[in-house]
Amino acid sequence: MDLEFTKEQKILKSSARDFLKKECPSSVMREMKEDEKGYPEALWAKMADLGWLGVMVPEAYDGIGGNFMDLAIILEAMGEVCCPGPFFSTVVLGGLAILDAGSEEQKKLLLPKLANGDLILTLALSEPGAWYGTSVINVQAVADKDEYVINGTKLFVENAHIADYILCAARTDKGGSPDEGITLFLVDGKSKGITCTVLDTLAYDKQCEVVFDNVRVPADNIIGENGKAFSVLENLQEKAAVGKCAEMVGCIQTAFDMTVAYAKDRKQFGRPIGSFQAIQHHCANMVIDVDGARFITYQAAWKIAEGLPTSMEASMAKAWTSDASRRVTFLGHQIHGAISFCEEHDMHLYYRKAKAAEVAFGDGDYHLEKVAQQLGL
Amino acid sequence: MEFKLSEKEEAFKSEVEAFLKKELPPKWPEMSTHWPGGYGSLESTNEEAVKAAFTFRRRLAEKGWLTISWPKEFGGEEHSYMEQAIFDERVSYYRAPGMGIATGIAGPTILRFGSDENKQDWVQTIAKGEIEMWLGYSEPNSGSDLAGIQTTAVDDGDDFIINGQKIWGTIAHLADYAWLIAVTDSEAPRHRNASLFIVDNKTPGVTIRPIINILGIHSFNEVFFDNVRVPKRNMIGEKNMGFYYMMTALDFERLMVGIGGFKRLFEQFIEYVKQSEQDGSPLGKNHTVRKKLAEIAVKIEMVYIFFWRTASMLDKGLVPSVESSVLKLTATELSRALADVTMEILGPYGQLMGGSKDAQFRGMAPRGYLDCISATIGAGTSEIQRNIIAMRGLGLTKK
Amino acid sequence: MDFGFTKEQEAFRLEVREYIKTEMPQKWETLGYTVWEETDESWAITQEWNRKLGAKGWLALTWPEEYGGLGRSPVDQLILDEEMAAAGTPTGVETMITIGWVCPTIMLFGTDEQKKKYLPPAARGELTFCLGYSEPDAGSDLAAVSTAAVEDGDTFVVNGQKVWTSIAHRADYCWLAARTDPDAPKHKGVSMFVVDMKSPGITVRPLINILGFHSFNEVFFDNVIIPKESLVGEKNNGWYQLAIALDFERSGVGGPARMKQVIDGLVQYCKETKRNGTPLWKDKGVQQELARLAVDAEVLRLLCYRITWLQINKKTPNYEASVTKVFGSELLDRLSNVGMRILGPYSQLDRGSKWAQLHGGITRSYLNSPSMGIGGGTSEIQRSIIAMRGLGLPRK
Repeated sequence: MDLEFTKEQKILKSSARDFLKKECPSSVMREMKEDEKGYPEALWAKMADLGWLGVMVPEAYDGIGGNFMDLAIILEAMGEVCCPGPFFSTVVLGGLAILDAGSEEQKKLLLPKLANGDLILTLALSEPGAWYGTSVINVQAVADKDEYVINGTKLFVENAHIADYILCAARTDKGGSPDEGITLFLVDGKSKGITCTVLDTLAYDKQCEVVFDNVRVPADNIIGENGKAFSVLENLQEKAAVGKCAEMVGCIQTAFDMTVAYAKDRKQFGRPIGSFQAIQHHCANMVIDVDGARFITYQAAWKIAEGLPTSMEASMAKAWTSDASRRVTFLGHQIHGAISFCEEHDMHLYYRKAKAAEVAFGDGDYHLEKVAQQLGL
Repeated sequence: MEFKLSEKEEAFKSEVEAFLKKELPPKWPEMSTHWPGGYGSLESTNEEAVKAAFTFRRRLAEKGWLTISWPKEFGGEEHSYMEQAIFDERVSYYRAPGMGIATGIAGPTILRFGSDENKQDWVQTIAKGEIEMWLGYSEPNSGSDLAGIQTTAVDDGDDFIINGQKIWGTIAHLADYAWLIAVTDSEAPRHRNASLFIVDNKTPGVTIRPIINILGIHSFNEVFFDNVRVPKRNMIGEKNMGFYYMMTALDFERLMVGIGGFKRLFEQFIEYVKQSEQDGSPLGKNHTVRKKLAEIAVKIEMVYIFFWRTASMLDKGLVPSVESSVLKLTATELSRALADVTMEILGPYGQLMGGSKDAQFRGMAPRGYLDCISATIGAGTSEIQRNIIAMRGLGLTKK
Repeated sequence: MDFGFTKEQEAFRLEVREYIKTEMPQKWETLGYTVWEETDESWAITQEWNRKLGAKGWLALTWPEEYGGLGRSPVDQLILDEEMAAAGTPTGVETMITIGWVCPTIMLFGTDEQKKKYLPPAARGELTFCLGYSEPDAGSDLAAVSTAAVEDGDTFVVNGQKVWTSIAHRADYCWLAARTDPDAPKHKGVSMFVVDMKSPGITVRPLINILGFHSFNEVFFDNVIIPKESLVGEKNNGWYQLAIALDFERSGVGGPARMKQVIDGLVQYCKETKRNGTPLWKDKGVQQELARLAVDAEVLRLLCYRITWLQINKKTPNYEASVTKVFGSELLDRLSNVGMRILGPYSQLDRGSKWAQLHGGITRSYLNSPSMGIGGGTSEIQRSIIAMRGLGLPRK
């Protein structure tokens, strides 16, 4: 048992923090909210240079061959500054899906590009009427010679508007159960028949509605086995949930640090407000949420990195961290008082980001139900 | 970062587990009505249990595990904190009688700060599990504010003369000695005015009066000291260093939260839920039940992580004062959460105490409901723990 | 004890309901959800609505007729507030400030001239105040105001800065707390003034809130010369007057009435919406959370009724208003959170998106939620008031 980072992990963490502090202050998120693409290309290129985009990509495919713990460390650092851009959708969603289920050819074709910053990916999973999970997949993919024709609407697809490829989960077969007959397609983002609409979201991120209207995809572009994407997607969502936790850990760490600093600095009644027990106890409660979120997330990330079964730990992490993030960012506002209710103050960026991460890949209640199942209930 | 035990630690864990299974009376799980985190329902309150506990402690002493943390030169095992943590976890999981005040607090303090006489007098008897002590810290006007104690020890020739009153004194009536703090210099500033003593319960002038707790059990006591003469050699270490020693001793108790008890009780309750029905359908299919139990499972996981964190910090030579407050706070609040959830799930049956034929889950839930109140009060209230986290941990100031 | 209403009161309720049904501007429904979503359009609608109410005497229902009210009882006020909130009639923070706080204080402490000058136009909805209380270093510690008003012949000269001044950019007058005796203990050197916002030397600078709206301002006073008659009540007695103003607070019953509407909206939504193929209302967790909110809103309603009851019995509410404030703001937060959880990923979408649910109202409410336990005295301050003023717990 060792709850400290290894030397390498410490270096990664501090260099990631230093880099982002310099390259991605909160002004970047503010600028990007108005930006059509939603990310600064120069920053993206630098991330590629640092090896971040290929953090999980084996060296054989031009990556640096890191593990999920390294990825979590980077995501946490990005969460600390609310770093905008397609890192999550590309590296976590697209990258891990290809790594886990892609063919050798697909890997050879895509992973080096991904690692070099020449590829933006995303996953199209949710559909109208679906909240979380894969229980509703109505987008159809019908075989037509050596192609498939995809029709239907996907929602909350991050960065679809700039994606080179959209990994689209579509139904190729009615299947005996909802779990069967789902296939994952690698769809060229510029294919004819795709209409992307960027949604106006709470966290100023670029989630899209994607309408597939007779979009033709070569049969070779199936990732994994035809009709067997369910388990790939389950696995991917588990990792994505932990990835979101890592972002949240960074996000609430910053919100918390800002708040404690403010509590020490801000004087009312002739003393720092942090000297009042009411504020101190708020802060102590935040410590438990932040520390708890951190370790329960690291535990899940470590299990993934070790290749151990992670369903229980991942759901526990997502349940706790989702709720903790809401509590911490809300208390952050409360302790800051009116100043943080101003647009120009950064606290609301974290309040918004926490919510977006909470609803991504299942909120607290959704994952508590998964925990209950694994308790044998 | 690594979230698993080393091979050596796993082996030690198995050894502890095997020992516990062998040495505990087979009926022990039913005998023990202890609620994790609570103070009110100690196993030593029923005669059969007291006997069983005594025997078990002797076996622990023989095995050398009563002094698991002590240096080898004093007959200890000198295990790492992580191994102590593993030991505590398993012991509390089986609700076995583990370390008491003598082995957990007095022994290590004497080894670290005691005079040669202190060591001579006490170390061996404590190590063998021959004596037990009670904690003479709190007073009627000195609860959360421990530095406000008023019991005095006045220098008089070869003795100190002690006057005053202690309160709560858990199981003082079953113990042999008090581990007592008293003011030895009334002129000195708070925190630098008191010393630690070992006082024989049988000394003339010591009166122990029972306090019956809300479970109806005699676990607490008021203890009065009326001109009690204590030989000078019973003062621990140096004069007026009492608070310092006491604070340092906190290191030894940081891990003593009875962590395994939470997991055990929860596992048993999950089993109960799986086998029970409510209004004709399985209890475990009820949405609220599922959600509440899942929440508890997450909280237990969290407290465990805080527990391992504290142990691994201690092994690195760090002082986890804030981290152990986080552990204490979350564990004791879990005691309450666990009670609330079990009671809520049992509904009207939550009212039935263990003796009733319709009682569910051995009547543990209502006991827990009562006992958990003590958890967030004893050994530093939740409010005090939050103050420590805010002030020591975050550097927020008092003024 | 009697939780019922008299026949006359029931009739009044019906009258209000009918009036709202026929007179409420349709356009409003798609506009404001929270008081912080202020725009030119919403301001215009609110003003028009206030004037209509003013013409009926309903804007200041309980005020004496000579000041433009109808001299009605606090119970009628409660009924009016409840019905208007339930229907979601146009309202802004200016109504609460002007009619709820400032004018009643003037009524109590002002001269006859002042009453005549300010009250009737306010009751007609033609005059609004903004509150010049908070300063950068005087937030929760309001008595620390440092904006100074120095007596100079027939005038006072005001210098200083206010902050969080809602609708300062629209108000006619500022109800200003300023220090008139710098040497006195901080509670004893403050006076209250009415300052014309058009006075030279006043600069209003917008602050954009986190919903992206301009509702707050910074207000700078640079040698603003105001006539002596601007002083309301006794010089250096302002802190007392300011504290009294709290007691004028209405029942706050609009809060639970509005929340009940939101809860009903969510219930309806759950009936109509399928999540992952199953109707939302079938989710036991959703059912319970909504039921719990309904219970809490009912509790809040009764806590608000208590304040009205105290008023009609000529008892001064003490800590009771703080109870409703804390419970109400925290309930609103719970409500937003439950709403957000029910909407799941859709909770991220604001009004305007075709996928937005319930007009994005829940999302707005979620963003608005942090302000509720801050504005008008933080929850921490309210709890201190309950503990110290209400329960007599000592300060030291």
